[in-house]
Amino acid sequence: MNRAAFQALWSHWRRHPVQLATLVLGLALATALWSGVQAINAEARNSYDRAAALMGQDSLDRLEAPGGVTPAQYVALRRAGWDVSPVVEGRLATGLGIVGVDPLTAPPQPALSALAGDTDALSGFLGTGFLLVAPETAAQVAQDGLPPFRISPDVPAGTALGDIGLALRLLGTDRLSHLLIAAEQPMGLPPLSDVTDLRRVTPEDTSSLAQLTDSFHLNLTAFGLLSFAVGLFIVQSAIGLAFEQRRGAFRTLRALGISLNRLMGLLALELGAIALIAGLAGIALGYGIAAALLPGVAGTLRGLYGAQVSGTLGFDPLWAASALGIALLGAAVAGAQALWRVAQMPLLAPAQPRAWAMASGRAIRVQAMAALGLLAVAAVLAIWGGSLLAGFACLGALLIGSALALPVVLLWLLRGGARLARGAMGEWLVADARQQVPALSLALMALLLALAANVGVGTMVGSFRGTFVGWLDQRLASELYVTARTEAEAAAVRDWLAPRSDAVLPIWSVAITLRGAPAQVYGVADHPTYRDNWPLLSADPAAWDRLATGDGVLVNEQMARRDGLDLGDTLTLAEGWAPPVVGIYSDYGNPQAQLIAGTGPLAARYPDQPRLRYAVRADPSRVPALIDDLRQRFDLPRDALRDQAEVKALSLRIFDQTFLVTGALNVLTLGVAGFAMLTSLLTLSSLRLPQVAPVWALGVTPGTIALAELARTALLALLTWALAVPVGLALAWVLLAVVNVQAFGWRLPMMVFPGGWLWLGLWALLAALLASAWPVWRLMSMPGGQLLRVFANDR
Amino acid sequence: MTVKALWATLWICFASAAGAQGFAGLGTDIDGFALPDPDTELTFPADHDAHPGFRIEWWYLTANLRGADGQDYGVQWTLFRSALSPGTDLPGDGDGWQTPQIWMGHAAVTSAGEHRFAQRLARGGIGQAGVTPDPFEAHIDDWVMRSTATQGDPLDALKLRARGQDFAYDLDLRAEGPLVLQGDRGYSVKSPTGEASHYYSQPFYQVSGTLTLPGGDVAVTGQAWLDREWSSQPLAQDQEGWDWLSLHFDDGAKLMGFGLRSSSGAHFTSATWISAAGEVTAYGDGALTLDPLETASVAGREVPVRWRVTLPDQGLRIDTAPLNPQAWMGTLFPYWEGPVRFDGSHSGQGYLEMTGYE
Repeated sequence: MNRAAFQALWSHWRRHPVQLATLVLGLALATALWSGVQAINAEARNSYDRAAALMGQDSLDRLEAPGGVTPAQYVALRRAGWDVSPVVEGRLATGLGIVGVDPLTAPPQPALSALAGDTDALSGFLGTGFLLVAPETAAQVAQDGLPPFRISPDVPAGTALGDIGLALRLLGTDRLSHLLIAAEQPMGLPPLSDVTDLRRVTPEDTSSLAQLTDSFHLNLTAFGLLSFAVGLFIVQSAIGLAFEQRRGAFRTLRALGISLNRLMGLLALELGAIALIAGLAGIALGYGIAAALLPGVAGTLRGLYGAQVSGTLGFDPLWAASALGIALLGAAVAGAQALWRVAQMPLLAPAQPRAWAMASGRAIRVQAMAALGLLAVAAVLAIWGGSLLAGFACLGALLIGSALALPVVLLWLLRGGARLARGAMGEWLVADARQQVPALSLALMALLLALAANVGVGTMVGSFRGTFVGWLDQRLASELYVTARTEAEAAAVRDWLAPRSDAVLPIWSVAITLRGAPAQVYGVADHPTYRDNWPLLSADPAAWDRLATGDGVLVNEQMARRDGLDLGDTLTLAEGWAPPVVGIYSDYGNPQAQLIAGTGPLAARYPDQPRLRYAVRADPSRVPALIDDLRQRFDLPRDALRDQAEVKALSLRIFDQTFLVTGALNVLTLGVAGFAMLTSLLTLSSLRLPQVAPVWALGVTPGTIALAELARTALLALLTWALAVPVGLALAWVLLAVVNVQAFGWRLPMMVFPGGWLWLGLWALLAALLASAWPVWRLMSMPGGQLLRVFANDR
Repeated sequence: MTVKALWATLWICFASAAGAQGFAGLGTDIDGFALPDPDTELTFPADHDAHPGFRIEWWYLTANLRGADGQDYGVQWTLFRSALSPGTDLPGDGDGWQTPQIWMGHAAVTSAGEHRFAQRLARGGIGQAGVTPDPFEAHIDDWVMRSTATQGDPLDALKLRARGQDFAYDLDLRAEGPLVLQGDRGYSVKSPTGEASHYYSQPFYQVSGTLTLPGGDVAVTGQAWLDREWSSQPLAQDQEGWDWLSLHFDDGAKLMGFGLRSSSGAHFTSATWISAAGEVTAYGDGALTLDPLETASVAGREVPVRWRVTLPDQGLRIDTAPLNPQAWMGTLFPYWEGPVRFDGSHSGQGYLEMTGYE
């Protein structure tokens, strides 16, 4: 009997394949976007963990000092019995990260597995040396002038692992970055403080990279959740329609003696089977989306945070299982209401074709109160919330509140519109639109969310880009940038350039630990290039003079905000050197604390730091010739010389790459919202015959009715768009003024791009018209007899 | 993959169950290293220093001690040097971090109930490990063997220190006899095909000092034996490992004896009889016999822990018994090393080392 009953239920889908496809596709899309985003996040986190776990840096305490650890300090600790192991970290001019370790004292690590069982390999590693790199790094990084690569999949992407001797030579330094302290130490050691001045630092629970990028991943997750929610709108309307249309069948089955429980069970089974199929499709689709977006995400993370994420996606069965789980859960959530209605359905009650979507006036009032409440919460959080979480909660409250408010506002607008409507047709149009709002409200909410997200994120990215371009113009004041390979070469290049240019300004930096976090101190020469071009947010009037004498330091906005620094606060940059803050500058896109000191005072404290980079001021017309001459004379590699235009182009390319993913997700969300409209309208079109048939019977031609239908959909879409713009701007404001400050430590000025909104309006209109085209066509091509039957069936 | 496994690849070949490679890589090719020369006269104190032209070298000290608590103890302190490539890159010269000289330290304290050991690894060139001739000091990290002699040979008096996670010791050693050249004036042949090493010993140490154990400090006194050996290929290709003994007889005489086990079945033995006055009688292959009497299951393998040792020329026929049969050095290349007592025609105490048991 189960079999026969199930076949009876299933026959509905055979007769309505499009409905089935909608259901499966909606669920698959929702699953795909959600699980795709999860896969991207997991892959990125995996990369961070690998980077952090390299050399046990995620778990072991370390010893460090501003300016680094000397080999003598290391040996002194070993000779006192302490089991510590040296690590040097740095980055080559090419961008390749270098990590040097001592395999003789290092804690166990998977990254060195490439040396397993190979005596020659280990001798080579310790001796003249080779670098262990991940396969994708070997494919991307030029080998020029570097020791040979060997592949070790356990080394993080973008990093090369070598013996400490080799790494020190490549990085041109004799200072170790830090010493790792083994967890188990010999018995009876003297206290650490008696042996060394180095500072003991306990690693935080999560890697600093993971913390830095948390907000980015939270962003992605929010996008994924949004898409999932939008996808569920589709599923819910499809399930609702199918259940509505099968009321007759349910009644018949019940009348034939199928118990309610059995009917519910069969329906749940049917829904589960569909969810399973949709889930599998969603996994395939999600994997495809993730694989397609991952290179962009990797680019974003590299550009924004310097985080190296592998550009290739692994397949994790656990991920697939959770994606399937979310598909089943989504189907359950979307189908719960329909099942509930079946359970409540009186056995012999007549069918009520429009029973499922009508909202009463009281429900609308409750919804309006809820919307107002949420918007109030959003406002409170925006003004008084002081954390990233509060920022995102504010975003959530704003979006949900706006979505809930949409039908209320639409009904109110349409009521106003009804007074303006002229003629019977116009009045019917507006009244019918009002009648439809409750049924379409879920789809319209989805459209509102998609449009608002589009406006908001578009405004944020546009503001960011505009600010960034202006800032680049100021920061990249020099015409040419040169990087030498050795100190000797740097000196020769400097001497050669001196008579041929207006100025040769060293650019060099010292990595220090300041207030428990890594910071980079840049040395700048006392030159008008900086005085005239470097924008300071707030500064002592004599800031640049005090910098030159060592009686001052500039800090970036991120550090100033993070540590609550103000002008006059002092910072200890080296033993016996604690200059006051004399200025704060904006430093977009940099997650770390950064400081600027005078090159003379800094060099006096850190005499061993190599100075290999120079900014050259020269007549722009002479720059190409200078580049050619330099390249020939010193045989400099291609990367070593960059002119201003090239750096700008490169920076902008990185920037645009950064927001590629955002753009792609925007389009996908809008697409899903459009699809939600389509399914809702399809559902409505078959339910609305009682509304349309009388109009047709009064003599209005099917063509006019079709036009009216299209006009109404367009009207609703345009009204939704008009409401989405202010919501989007509010969203952008929260992103720029709340989330950005909390996540990155800087605030961006908001710029608006009305041209973009108009385009978006057109897209929304197009999406709505496309979505309604088919239902309207079905209505138009409906034989008159079917419309007449409405009156026959009328109760 | 751990450092341990990684190291296994370096020091090894020893671990190969096939056994054809010899213990600890000592049976592999020479690759441009210096070879032991029978005509070389060992000179002191110069030869206490490292010989970087050779591939491998050790400073190897074992002590049989009696604690104030009435218990017997054994102590081991060993510094190994292994060169990745021939060179003179010792601490103080050359390239710092990129030296080819790799050092390894082993230390152990053995009692009847417990065998505690530790290991250290370091590269030369940066001061973390190495040997300085004047004043004599061999060290790795805070483990030291330092001369405290004010006159005579630097090895006549030593300070010895090491520590692990569950032990530490601090011992003073005083030699009551001369240095002893093993084999033919310090040229010790290791196989019928002529593989050899340079080898001398100081077997006459009297020891006093302190062991620090989890239960507290223990004052100890006793005897110790220092071996110095360097070579580039002391084992033949088919030799799997060795059984080596250093014995202190109750009457003051000493015996060094070893048997090298060949995969072809034939064992190559060698012995040096040292009278209480320091007079040396060297014995070539066959004079000494070593016969296992009993094996014990140690670290998952069968190891012969009791031996019958005979040297008919000296009227010697003794049976040895370990203080602790589980004296297993679970280091990168693992081996058995522990104190023994013996009875029979002679009685006394000493140390047994057994390598290459898989």
